[in-house]
Amino acid sequence: MTNLSVAATRRWKLAGRYGLASLLLVFFVFPIYWLFIISFKTPDEIFHFPPVWYPKSLQFANYAVLFKDGDAVSVLNSLILAGVSTVIAMIFGTMCAYSLVRFKTGGEDFAVWVISQRLMPPIAIIFPIFLLYVYLGWVDSYGGLIILYTAFNLPYVIWMMRGYIEDIPLELEESALVDGCSRWAVLWKVVFPMARTGLFATAVFTFVFAWNEFIFALVLTRTEVVTYTVQVTHYFGGQSNFWAKIAAMSALGTVPVFITVSLLQRFLVRGISMGAVKG
Amino acid sequence: MTSASHADNSGGAHHPSRRMPDHNFRYWIIAPSVFLLLLIGLFPLIYSLVVSFQQITMTDYDTSFAGLTNYAQLFDDARLWQSIAHTLIITIIALPIELVFGLAMAHLFLERMPGRQIFISLIVLPTVISPVVAGATWRLLFDQRYGPINQVIGWFAGHDVIMLWNITPHLVYPAILICEVWQWTPFMFLILLAALSNVDKSLTEAAELDGAGFWRIFFKIVLPAIWPVMAIAILIRGVDLFRIFDVIWALTSGGPGTMTETISIYTYVQGFQQFESSYTAAIAFLIVGLMSVIVIWAIRRMGLAK
Repeated sequence: MTNLSVAATRRWKLAGRYGLASLLLVFFVFPIYWLFIISFKTPDEIFHFPPVWYPKSLQFANYAVLFKDGDAVSVLNSLILAGVSTVIAMIFGTMCAYSLVRFKTGGEDFAVWVISQRLMPPIAIIFPIFLLYVYLGWVDSYGGLIILYTAFNLPYVIWMMRGYIEDIPLELEESALVDGCSRWAVLWKVVFPMARTGLFATAVFTFVFAWNEFIFALVLTRTEVVTYTVQVTHYFGGQSNFWAKIAAMSALGTVPVFITVSLLQRFLVRGISMGAVKG
Repeated sequence: MTSASHADNSGGAHHPSRRMPDHNFRYWIIAPSVFLLLLIGLFPLIYSLVVSFQQITMTDYDTSFAGLTNYAQLFDDARLWQSIAHTLIITIIALPIELVFGLAMAHLFLERMPGRQIFISLIVLPTVISPVVAGATWRLLFDQRYGPINQVIGWFAGHDVIMLWNITPHLVYPAILICEVWQWTPFMFLILLAALSNVDKSLTEAAELDGAGFWRIFFKIVLPAIWPVMAIAILIRGVDLFRIFDVIWALTSGGPGTMTETISIYTYVQGFQQFESSYTAAIAFLIVGLMSVIVIWAIRRMGLAK
């Protein structure tokens, strides 16, 4: 084969790859485009047959309604619940992970138990939790959901931080101990700062999981702490759906996630594979 | 409020203090986590077990011992077994599609090409969306009149098409599966892409020089190399599919009738719409028991905790 035909074949191959890649792009991105574009449409454009592929102008009336009616508070609720529970889970989880790594506390059995908690179906625990919360008066309260989200995300935090802490050189901790630091001081002054990249990446994913959570919020919220995911489902009706509100509320909840994840591209694989891939 | 004051005690334990003896340190630092994990891991299990031996329903708060009545009812409950069957059908169909599709995509993007990172960043977006939002999105897309999908199908068919995706019995499963595959194939894709990138190039190149074909190299070298990562991806997706709730809730709510009711949806209906407390507890206990066995076996098998 001559050099020329090798180059030609290579070019065709590349063109083919771009063709396939573009098709995939359409399949995976068009639905997101559609969701967002509906949020900018006027009612006439939304309920138009055949469908309008793009609106004449971008108008924000659908978002304005959410803020005027107070529905947008649900995004704030999601922020509070996910934010506070993430901070607590990170502190408790990292401490626990440190104990697992350095002292092998509980051995393999404890580690297996921790990870198995992550894989349990929420539906199996939500019913007894609901009855407990009714008894304690915790339903529809920030505290109740924060405790639940913290507990539910702990196995993930412990799991991820275990991997990051294993990467910290033991010598640093040992020299701190020799210098007279207590174990607590080592944990706060050596381990936490050394693991800060992992802490940050793990915190972001923990936050996203809590932010996107639906079933706990569905069961345990009524009016006070409704999250954006539950709010979206309130717009489904038996006869007609409030399309503009569904789209605008979904977009409000989704944009922050997109921005965060885009900024954290290089941690994405490790984050979603529960540390199976160390990138 | 005993449990609340408990949480405060263990929560206060992390204050640095020199009086705290170092030899108990390792237990002090796991205490808050263990407490919270027991709260959501062990308490529900015990509570379900207790309640499942009583006869609590919406109308009757009967806590007398009912023996195995609720567990006997499990075996006669056709709707329960159907919901388990629905869950398994979705899992068995969606998981291989996501795996094979994701692997093929990973192959496509394995070699460098200009703009590759942008393609990848955009393609993975569905995976980070809330599943309930994904379901809502596809509900809008599937709308028989104002959604774009019937419109596009109409172009190919040459006439207007009215397909009721979330109502017609033979279309509801395809609708759910399309949404599932759309959201989670990028998850498989991203993990497998990373795994493929880590495969030792010298091994595959040497095999190529020896005249081994693509499939031979794939099964003999690539697959064994990526298997540990692939197994974890399958495990994560497998348990996620088994507990599928959000997407179906948004798309069909289990309908038409009970056609797309999965185990999670059915348990929700029993517990929170029909208030069959004791019976729901029995179902919850069945699920936890079943999943514990499978999950713990899988974790040990894969050596995840080592």
